[in-house]
Amino acid sequence: MNLTLVGLSHQATPIAVRERAFVPLPQAAELAAELAAEGEAVCLSTCNRTELYLVGDESERRALDALAAISGLPEDELRAVVYRLTDEAAALHLFRVAAGLDSMVPGEGEILGQVRSAFEAGSTGPVLDRLFRQALHGGKKVRAETAIAESPASVSSAAAALAQQVFGQLEGCRVMLVGAGHVAELAARSLAARGAQIAFVANRSPERAEALAARFGGTGVPLEGAAQRLAEIDVLVASTGAPGRAFGRAEVEGALRGRKGRPLFLIDLAVPRDLDPAIHELDGCFLYDIDDLESVVAASLAGRRREAGRAEAIVAEEADRFRDWQASREVVPAIASLRAWAEEIRAAELARARGRLGLSESQHAAVESVTAQIVNKLLHLPTVRLKEAAAGAEGGGYAQAVRHLFGLGDDDKR
Amino acid sequence: MVELLFWPALVAYGEAAVAYAGDARRPGAAGRLAIWGVRLGWLLQTALLIVQAARADGFPWATWAGSLNLFVWLVVSVYLVWGCRTRYRLLGLAVMPLVAVLLVLARLGGGTGDAGNSDYSTVFLVLHVGLLSLAFAAFTLAAALSGLYLWQESRLKGRRPGGLLGRAPSLLTLETLSARTIAVAVPALTVGIAAGLLRLRREGGGVDALMAVTFGAWLVYAAYLVLRYEAGWGGRRTAYLALVGFALVIVARVGLQLTHFS
Repeated sequence: MNLTLVGLSHQATPIAVRERAFVPLPQAAELAAELAAEGEAVCLSTCNRTELYLVGDESERRALDALAAISGLPEDELRAVVYRLTDEAAALHLFRVAAGLDSMVPGEGEILGQVRSAFEAGSTGPVLDRLFRQALHGGKKVRAETAIAESPASVSSAAAALAQQVFGQLEGCRVMLVGAGHVAELAARSLAARGAQIAFVANRSPERAEALAARFGGTGVPLEGAAQRLAEIDVLVASTGAPGRAFGRAEVEGALRGRKGRPLFLIDLAVPRDLDPAIHELDGCFLYDIDDLESVVAASLAGRRREAGRAEAIVAEEADRFRDWQASREVVPAIASLRAWAEEIRAAELARARGRLGLSESQHAAVESVTAQIVNKLLHLPTVRLKEAAAGAEGGGYAQAVRHLFGLGDDDKR
Repeated sequence: MVELLFWPALVAYGEAAVAYAGDARRPGAAGRLAIWGVRLGWLLQTALLIVQAARADGFPWATWAGSLNLFVWLVVSVYLVWGCRTRYRLLGLAVMPLVAVLLVLARLGGGTGDAGNSDYSTVFLVLHVGLLSLAFAAFTLAAALSGLYLWQESRLKGRRPGGLLGRAPSLLTLETLSARTIAVAVPALTVGIAAGLLRLRREGGGVDALMAVTFGAWLVYAAYLVLRYEAGWGGRRTAYLALVGFALVIVARVGLQLTHFS
């Protein structure tokens, strides 16, 4: 089959090198088309990896040349960071990548879409088509059958997931940001992506409040007036970092009276903290500070790593299936060639004998049937054994042996 | 015939209980098996009840065990309305083992076999018993929802959400569903009590302790609805109130077995 993978990733390559080797999708398509002139090729390039999957002759050399040309790295430097895998090992690697098992955050979902894009932009033939389809199938299966992608992997996504655990769907949930810095924006993005409405932004600088609010379709309010909005919102994100508390327990307790039992979720991302920790003691109030969120993320990542074991088993199954398919690809043409060769001999010998023996139609039919049965019986056991070998790792070797012993050649190999 | 229906129903409920436990540890296929267990068990138990009704002379679930059989079916029926959704699987973990155990108890008491004659032959009484059973089943579900709410709230308050995120219904959903279930059950309980009181008036007799407890449960749930929808109560307070009401339901239910069916 000659499947070859040459690539570099975050596992052993610093970002300074990875960014040089990064190939945007349109260029990845061009590169794949160029490399596929002698076979098949797919270029998978993300912020964490650039990998070339090739089928054909001298694949490794061509892939290394391509990577050297993209990154501009000297060959010895490049050789020190790239990995080279072939056949089963290359397939297993792609299956792990698609399942998110080779990602920085185990189970992250973005990679599956990136593998799909690379596949669609690639120049594939029977091998890479099968390989990438199976990788996508395996990646989806891992996410459906394990909890590897369920828990949050960053502080902002943990905050959003916790808010969802309190309110359910965040559509219709109103959010107030207190502080208009980068941290607040990140949290706001994560909440807005899940349907929450960024209703108010309060900040010491009204201009910055207005600017951030405008980005999310909200309203800028002065910091002094923020407490009056507490009854109107469901989620508060505080990140001013200014000395002193932005809200005390009494202010929040007062606002709760107007909420008719609806809970209030407060996220304090500031250091020093903006919100009085005693707020958390109020019924219906849930206050999480940066340490709390980080411990949620740590626990979540530990859970993802536990799930990774199950995901590895699924990926291994997919790799086995691919190996079987690969082996059958080599064995089936060998069987077909062997049978065609035997049939050719049988038909030729029968035609010659028919002229010599002067057989009638019925006698000829009987001899035809007998010779066909002899050929079938002779080939039955070798055929069964070849098919059995195809299910194991030695299928390719058997196929080659048959071709060699019977002088079948490689012409029929497809 | 009833045997042929009882055992598969019990096995299906038992399978659902075990599968829910498996799903809590490793979400996925076990959860789907649990849901099919609940559905299949409910269908089989429905068939069992139909056969019992067809063969009985009068109301077929007049014994304590028979009424327990009916009660189990009602609990599963209410649960099936929304409980099979992915996010409610944690609730199934509490409900299905209880259902399986209660069905075994009903069996041991002879409530799943052929029913004999009963004096529950008037529509009036059937209405009284049927509506009270329905209300009690709904209150059982509401209590399970409130229990799940309190457990989940304590995890979030303790800042230990763990594997909760994305796998359990949200606090607001639990509270809303509990309130809606109670809002449906209270009218059923009200009409059921009224039917009982009318019969009492017609046939004579005084108010006993069991009736007082049932009326106490009605008061608690009525207060729940007023406080929840009019006074803006929510969170822990309403969850505790639902559990207090359920404690009275248990007393009424056990009292019913002891005084009416023993």
